[in-house]
Amino acid sequence: MSLHIHERPATSPSAITTNGATRPDAASTTTQAVSLHLRGVEKRFGDNQVLRGIDLDIEAGQFVAIVGKSGCGKSTLLRLLVGLDQHTGGEIAFRGEDGNPAKADARIVFQEPRLLPWFNVAKNVAVGLGEGVDKDEARTKALAALWEVHLRNKAEEWPSQLSGGQRQRVALARALVSRPGLLVLDEPLGALDALTRISMQTLIARVWRELGFTAVLVTHDVSEAVHLADRVIVLDEGRISLDLAIPQPHPRKHGDAELAELEGKLLAAILKDR
Amino acid sequence: MALADLTFSRTLKQTNKRIPSFPRLDRAHVLPLVVPVTLIALWQFGSSTGFISDRIMPSPVAVTQAFWSEAASGDLGHNILVSAGRALAGLLVGGTIGFLLGIINGVSKLSEQLTDTTLQMVRTIPHLALIPLVILWFGIGEEAKLFLTSLGVLFPIYLNTYHGVRNVDRDLLEMGRIYGMSRWSLFRKVIFPGALPSIFVGLRYALGIMWLTLIVSESIAASSGLGYMANNAREFMMTDVVVLALVIYALLGKLADVIARRLEGWTLSWNAAYQK
Repeated sequence: MSLHIHERPATSPSAITTNGATRPDAASTTTQAVSLHLRGVEKRFGDNQVLRGIDLDIEAGQFVAIVGKSGCGKSTLLRLLVGLDQHTGGEIAFRGEDGNPAKADARIVFQEPRLLPWFNVAKNVAVGLGEGVDKDEARTKALAALWEVHLRNKAEEWPSQLSGGQRQRVALARALVSRPGLLVLDEPLGALDALTRISMQTLIARVWRELGFTAVLVTHDVSEAVHLADRVIVLDEGRISLDLAIPQPHPRKHGDAELAELEGKLLAAILKDR
Repeated sequence: MALADLTFSRTLKQTNKRIPSFPRLDRAHVLPLVVPVTLIALWQFGSSTGFISDRIMPSPVAVTQAFWSEAASGDLGHNILVSAGRALAGLLVGGTIGFLLGIINGVSKLSEQLTDTTLQMVRTIPHLALIPLVILWFGIGEEAKLFLTSLGVLFPIYLNTYHGVRNVDRDLLEMGRIYGMSRWSLFRKVIFPGALPSIFVGLRYALGIMWLTLIVSESIAASSGLGYMANNAREFMMTDVVVLALVIYALLGKLADVIARRLEGWTLSWNAAYQK
């Protein structure tokens, strides 16, 4: 596929897109980000203890990346956060921006786009709104979400007509269309080629800045983690072995020297090669 | 009959390249007609020269004449309508039962464990072997034909529907659940469309069995219909009418297949394999 890098100022609410449409109003609806509070969270599958007591607080609106070797429990942790699995010990709580307990309304983006091949792009995005939404309203919101990921002009196409990167952007739009307070990304760029991955990182960073949800990203790509996150957590054998803040302001440049240094530090922690 | 026997391999997409000697006709439209037209020409040539005896095989011209006389008397139209009505009734009854069983067994483990073994056992009995029993039960009326045709179409539709539902992408089902789809939505938006290509394979196979069963049961016990027409003609040595019946079966079979293909193309337009 061709490289899609569409940068535009985050401050212009009625910017003009490449296909001439103005930004739909529904896209500017603000998000109620949630904060996460994990206390001694454990997960075991039979005799196999995958998570051994995770204590973690994530502020509302923060972008946290979780890295670690395969089998360290990072995907298990994600599945607990979105309620795909139940934890076997400890507690997980969500609070709204006002500090009161809140429903998570978490959405997840997987490594594969998981689009319904028999629905066009707009209807696939509308799936993210859940049940009982008026048809016209669903379509308006879906188109607005597609606008966010620069695929407004692909609304009527079948998923099979899109490239891998475009499909993943549709999956992102589907996750964002309901304006979730928490977005969980499970190695969302793992199946993409290197150049598409960079443009997708830029896209995710921009959407996160604009909508202000809390983001938790699981990745095996340390440079991706450092590029996107405010904070990187290293998981090792079911425990947090490092919790590193990335203070550089957004948007970040690829190839920044300070980021490269942090990246080295993280890699050393993951591989334990001191 | 193994499951593999019940699946059609899709024909390769026909090329749309034009050949210079047919400036206005597509190669894709001309090529399929070459073989049948040549065969009919050879057949007529053989009959005209006396190489093929009239008593063994009437000439194409004689068959055409039989068509006109049967059509003019109104018998042909009546018999086709009667047979088509029986075929559709059987397809509707057997197809609905097979479809529902396939869906239920595909979705529910309990129902699958309860009924699948029995269905697989009954499936292996050649349903035409039941004719003596069916005549004892129902006599030679419409019920017997409906029963046999329904039984014949039930299994290919059941097997392919079940197979289709079981093979729906697990990742898509998980996605549906995460996005809070109700059971009905999950069926309507994920399971049914996912199983549809396989259901169509079952339908096309069932159409073949439907005609076969109907013709056999009409030959044995009926007073109208195409099978009756052919069988009756045999008793009077009217080979032209027998061959006419065969030609009509072939045309009806082709028609059913064309309808099924149109339905496929229309409902499966999302699938690259069915895109024109």
